[in-house]
Amino acid sequence: MPAVRELELDLDAFEGPFDLLLSLVLREELPLQEVDLAQIVLAFVEHLADKGELDLDACGEFLILISSLLELKARAMFPEEEAELAELEPEEAAEELARRLAEYRRAKEAAHWLRDRLDERRDLHFRLGPAPLAPQPERKLAPQDPEKLLAALRLLAVEPPSPSTAHMALRFPPVSQFLDRWRSLLRRRSRFDFDQEVEGLSRVEVAVASSRSSSCASRTRWRSRRRRRSRR
Amino acid sequence: MDSPLRLITTEVTPADELARTLEALLVVASQPLPLEELAAAAEADPARVEEALELVAERFSEERGGIVLEHVAGGFAFRASAAASEACARLFEKPIEKGLSQAALETLAIVAYLGPLSRPEIARIRGVNVDGVVAGLAERGLVAEGGRENEFGAIRYRTTPLFERIFGLESLAALPRADDLGADVREIRGRLEQVAEKRPA
Repeated sequence: MPAVRELELDLDAFEGPFDLLLSLVLREELPLQEVDLAQIVLAFVEHLADKGELDLDACGEFLILISSLLELKARAMFPEEEAELAELEPEEAAEELARRLAEYRRAKEAAHWLRDRLDERRDLHFRLGPAPLAPQPERKLAPQDPEKLLAALRLLAVEPPSPSTAHMALRFPPVSQFLDRWRSLLRRRSRFDFDQEVEGLSRVEVAVASSRSSSCASRTRWRSRRRRRSRR
Repeated sequence: MDSPLRLITTEVTPADELARTLEALLVVASQPLPLEELAAAAEADPARVEEALELVAERFSEERGGIVLEHVAGGFAFRASAAASEACARLFEKPIEKGLSQAALETLAIVAYLGPLSRPEIARIRGVNVDGVVAGLAERGLVAEGGRENEFGAIRYRTTPLFERIFGLESLAALPRADDLGADVREIRGRLEQVAEKRPA
């Protein structure tokens, strides 16, 4: 059912369609522990409310997806104990559960004690400053050879090769090349199509060719479509 | 020459002198100074420093003045007297402990008793994700990173000296014994069984 998969989510850990969230989780690119599943349920319920009709197929699919996510998340929270707990006898499992509850109870009691302690000290003020500057550990260098230092410095003192600017220079093709070409052409024909003749040449070559062709033009009329186009 | 004023002795004993030096060190310090550090700075024997500290504690007590010496977070520090608390509160806030939630205190308790612990380990005990809570505690400076589970493992957290300072503990050993806290396993087990019996099969 596309309605569920395209459900747009805006969570703390993720923003986008539900479908993408699923594939990220399955590819283990998004830790499920960071995803608030309750927010997804809320988003879906809101989505249903917006639609105003109860789409049973969508609800069914959503239930399946969200419950598998819940199971995955629960398993991810106790990765190494999963197998361990499954093997426990009911009696042992109850013992383990009681042990954990006791552990949490102790944490709660300790938190309570800390709260009382804070209350006792509520009226006590003291100066709190940044941590003092730790003495910087002395850097010890290995014994150095002055000759080696000199050699290293000499290397640095050598003038670097000046960079080449050859690639920046415009390379003009020899003018004579085009002059000869136009002359032989004009000997054979009285008119030719300039664009056709210079097709495939670089801009610089076309420019040189053009300058040569105009010097030949005194003898013959030549027309360039290019020129006419540029005038328009 | 024999005026009664001579009864007031101006002679300073070595212990007095050491006490004065310690007072000076403590007033400059922004956090508790351990005995060894005081001894090193005063260039005195730790045993003598301990004696001199008793003199300082006598002089700076709740009964005597506005400044009180306390033994906290593995060291010695001055604080304001409780009598001056209202005036202090008008001028100074206590941002670190202000607004600590129940979740934050539980997490702090778990780290203080069982740390260093990684966030998943804390989450296992509390039963919910603790990432946000731990980040908040770290921001307040009450917990800090203390190594990793293994080379590439999760970061472990421990409580900081600031935690001991805020809660007025000489050290983590000053926390009540874990065994004295909460119900024991057997009692909880009994209650679980009662619930299980009531549940329709």
